[in-house]
Amino acid sequence: MNERVLLAHGSGGKLSHELVAKHFVKELFNPILAKLDDSAVFELSGKLAFTTDSFVINPIFFPGGDIGRLAVCGTVNDLAMVGAIPRYFSLAFILEEGFPIGDLTRIVSSVKATAKEAGIQIVTGDTKVVQKGGCDKIYVNTAGVGSIPDGVAISGANAKPGDKVILSGSIGDHGIAVLSQREGLSFSTELKSDCAPLGGLVSAMLEASSEIHSLRDPTRGGLATTLNELAMQSEVGIKIEESKIPVRAEVRGACEMLGLDPLYIANEGKLVAIVPPDAAEKVLVAMKTNKYGGDAVIIGEVTAEHPGRVVMKTNFGTSRIIDMLTGEALPRIC
Amino acid sequence: MKFVDEYRNSALVAGLTRRIHRISTKNARFMEFCGGHTVAILKYGIRQLVPQNITMLSGPGCPVCVTDNADLDKAIALAKLPGVILTTFGDMLKVPGSYGSLQTARADGADVRIVYSTMDALQIARDNPTKSVIFLGVGFETTAPTIAASVLQAEEERIKNYYILSLAKLCPPVIKALLDSGEVMLDGLICPGHVSAVIGAKPWEFIARDYGIPCVVSGFEPLDILQCIGMLVSQVEAGRSEVGIAYQRGVRPEGNKAAITLMAEIFEPCPARWRGIGVIPGSGLKLRPEFQCYDAEAHFEINPGPSLEAHGCICGDILRGVKTPGECQLFAKVCNPEKPVGPCMVSSEGACAAYYLYGEGV
Repeated sequence: MNERVLLAHGSGGKLSHELVAKHFVKELFNPILAKLDDSAVFELSGKLAFTTDSFVINPIFFPGGDIGRLAVCGTVNDLAMVGAIPRYFSLAFILEEGFPIGDLTRIVSSVKATAKEAGIQIVTGDTKVVQKGGCDKIYVNTAGVGSIPDGVAISGANAKPGDKVILSGSIGDHGIAVLSQREGLSFSTELKSDCAPLGGLVSAMLEASSEIHSLRDPTRGGLATTLNELAMQSEVGIKIEESKIPVRAEVRGACEMLGLDPLYIANEGKLVAIVPPDAAEKVLVAMKTNKYGGDAVIIGEVTAEHPGRVVMKTNFGTSRIIDMLTGEALPRIC
Repeated sequence: MKFVDEYRNSALVAGLTRRIHRISTKNARFMEFCGGHTVAILKYGIRQLVPQNITMLSGPGCPVCVTDNADLDKAIALAKLPGVILTTFGDMLKVPGSYGSLQTARADGADVRIVYSTMDALQIARDNPTKSVIFLGVGFETTAPTIAASVLQAEEERIKNYYILSLAKLCPPVIKALLDSGEVMLDGLICPGHVSAVIGAKPWEFIARDYGIPCVVSGFEPLDILQCIGMLVSQVEAGRSEVGIAYQRGVRPEGNKAAITLMAEIFEPCPARWRGIGVIPGSGLKLRPEFQCYDAEAHFEINPGPSLEAHGCICGDILRGVKTPGECQLFAKVCNPEKPVGPCMVSSEGACAAYYLYGEGV
């Protein structure tokens, strides 16, 4: 059973059809996808959100997830961060010749499980195969549409002085879990990626209060970069407290060892919410009862001072500026 | 987290801070030699904790920053040779040389690989027997023993395709050169922690004795640094100058004998060129003649061309403690970690990068 992807699987001929029928349509079945017309046809009304994301992660399987789960979660979360309910998705693969069909099957089942959890349907897709060496194993792209409920107006530009800054849980889990698996850097840890679809969490938050001003998932660049983006987009300052930010001991340990700062490490199942002060408690309670918001905490607030900048009060009562991530995060030299 | 949280205890930080304020009356200028200390001091906001009569200066203790342009140009020229894999610590990748960086050389097709230790570099040599693998040996006494160990290992395994471009430098001679220049007046020196873990505290004694400047070796946690500053203040107030250790868990007066022996077995002192400071006798390490077959400079012929300095960059003055990053007209305007003009903005332990990142002088 060492079946591998051949160039012919992407040629549009018989093997392509077999691959699509057996591995994609059967697994991801829904009536819209099953029609197999050139485009998916569906109805959606009202205000819509539309986004796309590509995934080139290495390794493709990591503790707590894989490229398939990540590809669904990434797009689900981008939709959720504008308050949209994620609905219909496309799924496209670029496969390297020789890629094991067994791994592809594993990835597609993971897409299926994550799609089910997130309540979305894969309604269209595409597969291309490139020659050996033409890509690194597998690249995945997803695009998705979602519908925005009436009365919801969430944007990174909406933060107001006095608003509370809520973080949904511990930071750095995804980045460190993936880093721990990298070739030449393997260290053993029990840590798992936090990779998760946050549509349900956002729905619960919006049910508690429709007044949420901004939402963002701190993926690449970490919490520090996300807070800077919000501060710049809304032209406000943000003040956070170091002691309030949850960081797992494993993440802190790995960061100490590698000379990294958890504030800049990627997350794939966390969000930052900017909420008016009188709604903060309600939203926080709603988050805490959700599977993906159990450790939610208020980490700071929006200020009128120092617009565009993020300042952190350290555990020693001193304060320092938290800048965006610059360049690659490189380990230190001595 | 064990062995970290204890040294970041906020109640103890507050206690030490109060003590320093209580005993400190004289104006004093302290230099932290090491870039790692500069980063920690800014990251934890320690300058906000010390009394106003104490001025903190940043020194030249960042191996990336003090690497001279001419030496960096050599590394880039070596990387561009056919059949060569140049291995380096990540920090060196983006430092601009006279005609580009290792990063731009890599984009142009050179095989430049980031490693986390010299043993990784040696493994690359084992895995690629038809290539010449060069390790860019930038570092202080902290890195030199690990380079020495890799050479010994290569010798034992008869690995013939492993080379060192030795740009290793020694810390005590550069401090002597700074003090002899008369450009900076110091009342105390925060001695480097990791370097002292290798060489011990004794090599700093000449500073306390001959220059009358109190010296205290510090660790890198907030409590280490505050304890160090407290010990320096005590000496200043009492008019004493001695060598102390505020990093007992890492540093012994005599250092790490195994590492010192290893270094001496493979290397011998040589003159070295420091960026912004010039050539300092006995401040570099070169491979001993019997290990010359591992010396990249002896083995490969390169012509990197004349070295050029970036116009307006004052990294040299900053490394000597004569100017601060905020006094550079390029700082944060033209020069930032994304598009660095000088090395102090590139290295994670560079003074400019630390000031920029943690918002000092912006």
